[in-house]
Amino acid sequence: MINLELSSKHQETADNLRMMAEHMMRPYSRKYDKEEHTYPKEMEEVAKVIGQNRPVASAKGKPSDDGVKNGSNMMAVTAYEAMCWGDTGLMLAMPGRGLGNAAISAVATPEQLKKFGGRYAAMAITEPGTGSDSANISTTAVLDGDEWVINGEKIYVTDGDRCDVVVVWATLDKSLGKAAIKSFLVEKGTPGCEVTRLEHKLGIRASDTAAISFSDCRIPKSNILGNPEVARNAEERKKAFGGVMQTFDNTRPPVAAMAIGVGRAALDLAQELLAKENVNVSYGKKPSNLSAIEAELVSMEAEWMAAKLLVQRAAWMADNKQPNSKEASMCKAKAGRMGNYVTLRCVELCSSLGYSETDLLEKFARDSKILDIFEGTQQIQQLIVARRVLGKSSSELK
Amino acid sequence: MSDLLFDLTLSDEQRMTRESVSRFAETELAALAREADDNNATPEGFFDKTLELGLGLMPIPEALGGAGVDRSPVSNALTAEDLSRGDMSLALGSLTPLGFINTVIDQGTDAQKEKYLPSFCGEQFEAATVAFMEPRATFDPSELQTSARKDGNEYVINGSKTMVALGVDAQLILVVAELEGTGPAAFIVEGNPEGLERSAQENMGLRGVQMADLSFNDVRLPESALLGDGGFDLQRYVDLSRIGICALAVGTCQAVLDYVVEYCNERVAFGEPISNRQSVAFMIADMATELDAMRLMTWRAAAQAEQGSDFHQQAYLAKTFCGEHAMKIGTDGVQLLGGHGFTKEHPAELWYRNLRAIAILEGAVSV
Repeated sequence: MINLELSSKHQETADNLRMMAEHMMRPYSRKYDKEEHTYPKEMEEVAKVIGQNRPVASAKGKPSDDGVKNGSNMMAVTAYEAMCWGDTGLMLAMPGRGLGNAAISAVATPEQLKKFGGRYAAMAITEPGTGSDSANISTTAVLDGDEWVINGEKIYVTDGDRCDVVVVWATLDKSLGKAAIKSFLVEKGTPGCEVTRLEHKLGIRASDTAAISFSDCRIPKSNILGNPEVARNAEERKKAFGGVMQTFDNTRPPVAAMAIGVGRAALDLAQELLAKENVNVSYGKKPSNLSAIEAELVSMEAEWMAAKLLVQRAAWMADNKQPNSKEASMCKAKAGRMGNYVTLRCVELCSSLGYSETDLLEKFARDSKILDIFEGTQQIQQLIVARRVLGKSSSELK
Repeated sequence: MSDLLFDLTLSDEQRMTRESVSRFAETELAALAREADDNNATPEGFFDKTLELGLGLMPIPEALGGAGVDRSPVSNALTAEDLSRGDMSLALGSLTPLGFINTVIDQGTDAQKEKYLPSFCGEQFEAATVAFMEPRATFDPSELQTSARKDGNEYVINGSKTMVALGVDAQLILVVAELEGTGPAAFIVEGNPEGLERSAQENMGLRGVQMADLSFNDVRLPESALLGDGGFDLQRYVDLSRIGICALAVGTCQAVLDYVVEYCNERVAFGEPISNRQSVAFMIADMATELDAMRLMTWRAAAQAEQGSDFHQQAYLAKTFCGEHAMKIGTDGVQLLGGHGFTKEHPAELWYRNLRAIAILEGAVSV
């Protein structure tokens, strides 16, 4: 039955997390934006509270009578939205919630899960010469007796400095292309693994973004994630890398949800500031009969809601085991550009108050920019959607 | 807050209805779209054929000869979408009597239901409509200038209405006016009372359904013409029609998308299909994304209406969003076909003209 409202359980979680975000994250927003690279220790408390409530893990979701589920994916987008309404940078700095943790829980063996499951794990994919074309990475892993030897340089590793473990993408043989790309668990402190730099960024400054170099870094043979064999034929090769990339189908909606959260934060604050000048959002006269600023506010509300529904659809499809690659990319594309547009426009509409560091509007805008970049840029999402809609392969539509 | 789960699954019945409506839209609407547009008139016999869909019959109580199916804004929106995928004008024409019927069921008295509804259960198409919009640049549903005043045991109506679908022929017209001292009210006009003038309109688009300007000059109506027992829930009426208009937009935009995908995959330039180029492909990706968002916005408002929740804001936002993006998709549809898009050899220019109406239309297709 068609219904696009959150269930009461999900709504309750959203409300609780929003309250927590307001009281336990917002007070530190500006502090850690200013003190870039300082560990936001207060977030440990937040992580503890979330851990106690386990909103994500416990949300398996009972199916309705007709077998429909609202499960962990819907809970994830609900939670990410609420926490990024609080603060995107601090949310990303929450210990134990890295992308590496998502990869571990998705593909780790029981032994690996036992050893690494509870650790704070970052994900290292991007290299100085390789961004969106992640099949082209140059970091190598060579088996030497009972150990893998890793060499290469990784950049833009979110949580790279503060994490305990890094999930590193490396190739076993670059000439074999995608099929030879595997991911490896490298514990921090392993000789040869070194954080060489922390980025100074436009936004999400509370989140540490590291460059990590691997020189003859030796890790146990058992630290490879997934199948260690290199696929022999084209079919298997496609499947192997496809499997790696598919994890993105599950992580894109949550990142899109982050844009929904920061977009909402900007809209709420802008509306609060504008209300003091008696400019209010109203759903009375039709948009073409409103003042420019009023029309802009309702238009942004509409764009925000549209993006949110696309995110919820992608999550719902994942919860109900429907393939959602196209829809996941659609929601990431729409939410990413909506978040950028709405936050920047809110800065403009509030004039000097928007631009000033006294309030948070300018920070929301800076924080939102990354959400249209990481986890697949706007353009990569458009490419994926276009291929699906047009029925094209990656060699036809490059 | 609701105990329902978020769900995008259609019921079996909705799926089956969609199949038959889509078939009808393809054979009867899409096939006649160009002819209807050229002639600024609905092809003869078309409306009688629409009777097989039972659109008007469905919500009418069994006791009055109808099927007595509970009104479902979601199902109605799906039907509007599927018909509009064939042609927006003819979809609008097909659904226009339903606006009258649904509003009488929704807000009329028992006596009015008994008097007017049985005529929609027969073998012939009954042209009925709602006269809502008014001909001025800043027209707004919240500020009607057509007036009604009580004079003895009659109501006297004055004012102008425009874009009244089927307005030239309709023998039953629900006219919405501002009743002096009361607020918005609706009146059922039968036949051709003195002082009512009708004139056929020609518009940029929506030419497949005959639109009319109506002028009311001291039109006197009996007391019994007042819909319901008093006030008219204008907001509810406007919001339900906004959902319908959004659904028309979704259907037409789907037709645009389907067409450009096929065209751009076949059209070769510089030795390969133009859809192999990102500049073309990305436009199509955005069209598909915004179209899906339009549909979700429409469904959300319809589902809220169906559940009896307050759906005003959802309907407003859906209309705002669809008004904006439907036009963009219509424009991009022409653009992607290049010079071909500008000619009447292809339907893109027709969709472009029709989609301009989405942001403008109010009060049509009440789901």
